[in-house]
Amino acid sequence: MDPLARYDPLVDDPAAFHAACDRPLPSVVRVNGLEATPDRVRRAFDEAGVGYEPVGWHDGLFRLADDVSPGNTWPFVHGWVYGQEEVSAVPALALDPEPGERVFDSCAAPGSKTTQVAALMDDRGLLVANDNDLGRLSALRANVERCGVTNVAVTRRDARNFSLSPVGGERFDRALVDVPCSCEGTIRKNPDALEAWSLDHVEGIAGVQTAILGRALEVTRAGGTVVYATCTFAPEENEAVLHHALEENDCDVVDFELALEHAPGVTEWRGESYDDAVRRAKRVYPHHNDTGGFFCAKVEVGA
Amino acid sequence: MTDDRLDGDGQGRDGTAARDAGDGGTDAPTNDGQRFDRLPGTADDRVVAGRATRREVVDWWVDRFGLEAATFDSHTFWEKGAGKVWAFAGDVDSPAGVEGLGMTFLRTRQKHWKPTTNAVQRFGRAATRNVVVLEEADATAFLAGETTEPAWDGDWGYLVAAHDVAGGVEPIGVGLYVHDELRSRMPKGRRREP
Ligand SMILES: C[S@@+](CC[C@H](N)C(=O)[O-])C[C@H]1O[C@@H](n2cnc3c(N)ncnc32)[C@H](O)[C@@H]1O
Repeated sequence: MDPLARYDPLVDDPAAFHAACDRPLPSVVRVNGLEATPDRVRRAFDEAGVGYEPVGWHDGLFRLADDVSPGNTWPFVHGWVYGQEEVSAVPALALDPEPGERVFDSCAAPGSKTTQVAALMDDRGLLVANDNDLGRLSALRANVERCGVTNVAVTRRDARNFSLSPVGGERFDRALVDVPCSCEGTIRKNPDALEAWSLDHVEGIAGVQTAILGRALEVTRAGGTVVYATCTFAPEENEAVLHHALEENDCDVVDFELALEHAPGVTEWRGESYDDAVRRAKRVYPHHNDTGGFFCAKVEVGA
Repeated sequence: MTDDRLDGDGQGRDGTAARDAGDGGTDAPTNDGQRFDRLPGTADDRVVAGRATRREVVDWWVDRFGLEAATFDSHTFWEKGAGKVWAFAGDVDSPAGVEGLGMTFLRTRQKHWKPTTNAVQRFGRAATRNVVVLEEADATAFLAGETTEPAWDGDWGYLVAAHDVAGGVEPIGVGLYVHDELRSRMPKGRRREP
């Protein structure tokens, strides 16, 4: 059975949803504002005869023509662009960090969002990029350096019990919690993403997500912001995790602007009901904007 | 190791030696390659033998590439790994247990200090000397790791290899200019075949 069929009751147009999930995804690059402007990247692509089009909702994202392999272009070599799925640019925008702040990226590798957050911080302040996977951390380091980022401290900890002491002991202004998940929303990129799908796995990973989000809320200062994101549709890994966080912590889910078409978080799923606040989370389905699937919530820590 | 920049100083002063040595402290402190240690400000502050100082590192970029010294005002510099200097756009008291701090920036503890590719890409745009601007064919060959013979009558040694792209000169990486040729120092993982 197709695991995605379980979401038919949630989506507005199941046929369009399934059709979109079967289509491959164009490659997209994000302009690294530390090293170049969107104009200069366009100009370099034009000079090299690389086909691209802007995405419409964000002037620093370009969809590339099918025959382009972005890693071989001058803009990539110079660190002007980062190959990143279009929807994956959303959480850093929701996080909306300021230069000079202390920011935590709890599950950072390989660094697409780390480099985006660093650019939004104008490479100023402290960005702690953490992951517990050594191999992926080396990819993170390489990506961070290629993008010319110098305000990142890389740590290798289990995000469930991250310790503040190596990074000064002070709590963060903001945290990005881009957890490991069942990756259903990446099906257009990895057609075998669902091969190992099981409800047991979904429920198991939801436990990890709950613990990672809980710790991120603890290490963020009162009044600070935590953004929770997954690339999956399963409410067990999304709204249920938020619901638990709302029960256990003094925090609230708040609205944020998103120019992409999306649906609100769901409050009813398979006999469970979730706190009304989770409606302010956003679900992006592949057929909405011809992207991958995504879930993103902005949480404010109680003052 | 003899390094003419560093000869003559670098033996520890007692009070701080024990802290840096971390091993009881009777021997002169040495570099621990697994840990981030802050560079001393100047030679007078140096405790660990052979460690580059902040002033030397900044002066090196200023002398070699004509950068403004103020470029690095908000960066702190650290050594982790023998001679590997990291530039971090911020500060932390004691980065114990941290895997990376900013970017690897400069290779010291060798006769000729060598900037990293990433440092040259990040800071080399502001360089005013020792920048060789390559024709497109040479730029592509340089990126592939090949040796080229661009016209150059300046210094030998490490240069910023750059090219003209999208309306400006942009650094590609580090080249070693010797014997009338430019040897590409693009790291293997950053090379691209045309
Ligand atoms: C969705 S990916 C992160 C993608 C990354 N934020 C980006 O934008 O490039 C999830 C990451 O969580 C890491 N991870 C899984 N369990 C973890 C844990 N307990 N603590 C820290 N990181 C963990 C994985 O190694 C993986 O790199």
